[in-house]
Amino acid sequence: MSIRLGGIIAGLAITLVLVLWSLAPGAYNFAFGPAPEKQPSYAFYEHGEGPANGFSFDGAFGKWDYAQLQRGYQVYKEVCSACHSLKFVAFRNLQDLGYTEAEVDAEAASWTVPGIDPATGETTTRPGQPTDYFPMPFPNAIAAAAANNNAIPPDLSLITKARHDGSNYVYSLLTGYGEADPAKAAKVGFETPDGLYFNKHFPNVNIAMAPPLAVDGQVTFADGTASTIPQMATDVAAFLTWTAEPSLVERKQTGWFVIGFLLFATVLAFLSYKQIWAGLKPKKG
Amino acid sequence: MSFAWAKQYEPQSAFTKWLDEKLPFPRLVYNAVGAGYPVPRNLNYMWNFGVLAGFCLMLQIVTGVVLAMHYAANQAVAFGTVEHIMRNVNYGWMLRYAHANGASFFFIVIYLHIFRGFFYSSYKAPREMIWLLGVVIFLLMMATAFMGYVLPWGQMSFWGAQVITGLFTAIPLVGEPLQVWLLGGFAPDNAALNRFFSLHFLLPFVIAGVVILHIWALHIPGSSNPTGVEVKQESDTVPFHPYYTAKDGFGLGVFMILFTTMVFFLPNALGHPDNYIEANPLSTPALIVPEWYFYPFYAILRAFTGDLTIPFTGIVLIPAKLLGVIGMFGSILVWFILPWLDKSPVRSGHYRPLFRKFFWFGLIPTMAALFYLGGAHAEEPYIMLSQIFTAYYFMHFLVILPIISQIEVPKPLPFSITEAVLGKDKAAEAPRAGTVDGTDAGTATDGSLQPAE
Repeated sequence: MSIRLGGIIAGLAITLVLVLWSLAPGAYNFAFGPAPEKQPSYAFYEHGEGPANGFSFDGAFGKWDYAQLQRGYQVYKEVCSACHSLKFVAFRNLQDLGYTEAEVDAEAASWTVPGIDPATGETTTRPGQPTDYFPMPFPNAIAAAAANNNAIPPDLSLITKARHDGSNYVYSLLTGYGEADPAKAAKVGFETPDGLYFNKHFPNVNIAMAPPLAVDGQVTFADGTASTIPQMATDVAAFLTWTAEPSLVERKQTGWFVIGFLLFATVLAFLSYKQIWAGLKPKKG
Repeated sequence: MSFAWAKQYEPQSAFTKWLDEKLPFPRLVYNAVGAGYPVPRNLNYMWNFGVLAGFCLMLQIVTGVVLAMHYAANQAVAFGTVEHIMRNVNYGWMLRYAHANGASFFFIVIYLHIFRGFFYSSYKAPREMIWLLGVVIFLLMMATAFMGYVLPWGQMSFWGAQVITGLFTAIPLVGEPLQVWLLGGFAPDNAALNRFFSLHFLLPFVIAGVVILHIWALHIPGSSNPTGVEVKQESDTVPFHPYYTAKDGFGLGVFMILFTTMVFFLPNALGHPDNYIEANPLSTPALIVPEWYFYPFYAILRAFTGDLTIPFTGIVLIPAKLLGVIGMFGSILVWFILPWLDKSPVRSGHYRPLFRKFFWFGLIPTMAALFYLGGAHAEEPYIMLSQIFTAYYFMHFLVILPIISQIEVPKPLPFSITEAVLGKDKAAEAPRAGTVDGTDAGTATDGSLQPAE
């Protein structure tokens, strides 16, 4: 009885403290206090959608579009790599995109990576090899911030997993640049500071990254695909989905095999369960 | 340790006879989870989750040991070695996703197991010790899961460690030195990562040890059952093997289908995108939240927003942070005294009309709401809602349960498990062997049999 009495007293006490000292002031403030301030950028943010036709790797049966991944790689190489690193990806991984070994060798050699002079031991640069990882565009974070209006360009290896709905986010961010509606901006006192750019799909709307895909035809695709801004954005978003999760398609295919086996095994387990219990169940009627 | 009619292990071959004399390990298994363990015949699917929890623990240990072969607990490289596992280790992505989602599924299974216990009052005498050990396992699981989430050294790892170890600073006087001592520094750092890895590797084996005690304690009174009526006669039970091994096999299949669907098709759905950003002490995420399975307790922690003061004097008796910490730990510690709060002699919620209403329309919606609110932004109306549901949570266990167990009029119970399954007439025909054998089994005051140890 004493435990129950103590419990009731403790329960009433904790409820009383919660209701009188936390809930009541909060409710009073909510009803009569000032409305919580919202940043003016909330009025301009729009949730971004992906490309109109989706991605080839979407869904449980999705597969890579290798031509698209190669185009996306080209966009990364010619545009993004000026500021963004790809530090968890090695040149050898490009074989996954459908390049042959010789093509990977040539592609790696087209990049310059830090090296050590074998004669003097001094740091120098050399052409990349398949075993090298993609080089860093800036020597360190301070240099990266100094060159980019105090914002450090994030590494892109994992970017599509590091953002909610990442593949669609990358696409919508690259196509979301524009101007804030001037009438609305004047009304709420919103402005884009110097050195920042308005992007309606970026969480606080003003982004330090200049529009990377500025004009149609910025990249000349090797396979002849017309390089409109949405096309380039879709392709590089697909490429960055691959860099974030190279095993994505293999994972889904393995999944179907595993689940198929488990369905079969579970049906067998169910039948043997019913068989074993059959004698125990009450007879009907 | 079983009922008088339990089957006895009989070694067949010369080798098993020899082994049985020297080290009767097969006999132990036979009595624990084999044909030598009589189990009530009327268990429903809610009784599958004990075996599934054991399976989850083994899955986590096996995947975790292999992951540890490829991981390095050093803040400079930890994030990179996780990516190394994902990209370069053969099927490393499968191991890591199985381990990460395995933690989530372990908690799903454990929550169902615990709430089975709430509804059927599995914590009541003579099973208090099983319940107490179960709460210990749950606390150990929470510690293990928290420290495991720190190991990838992403943004949520770092800031989660910062917030949770920061709770210790709420303790008066010794709080701040205690946090520094626990972390080995002033913020989560290499020292903290190293000790978290060490403990994350150790604790699952401690859990396995407590699980053995949990099962041992279970075998003394035997399993509970959905009627809450204790076993009275042989016809009330079936041997664990093959009856429940077959049923658990089917349950395991269903569990594996759901689990592998997550692992192979939605591996990151239960995680947080911020944890794919490497830890950065200079950049705070917009919303710091723990993993989903801690949400109810995180909601309770955040519900206490006001200091406990003496009105109109401004003297703070207990700061809000300490109240939140007391509330959060208290919300689990209250389970320890649950067997003594709920004194209704009826176990099963099916025969308790008042209890059942408060369970389905009180506790379950409260837990669902706290699960949602723990992951929500700290703004209105979420704060007020979490305060209301936190208040109900404590009222339910500490006030409502003791009172309804006093005033409730339970429905009539079936005479026996056999009667509940077969109906009255059939039960009369069933053999009553074992009921009169007083040498091995004592008879409790309610007419049920107490198996002799």
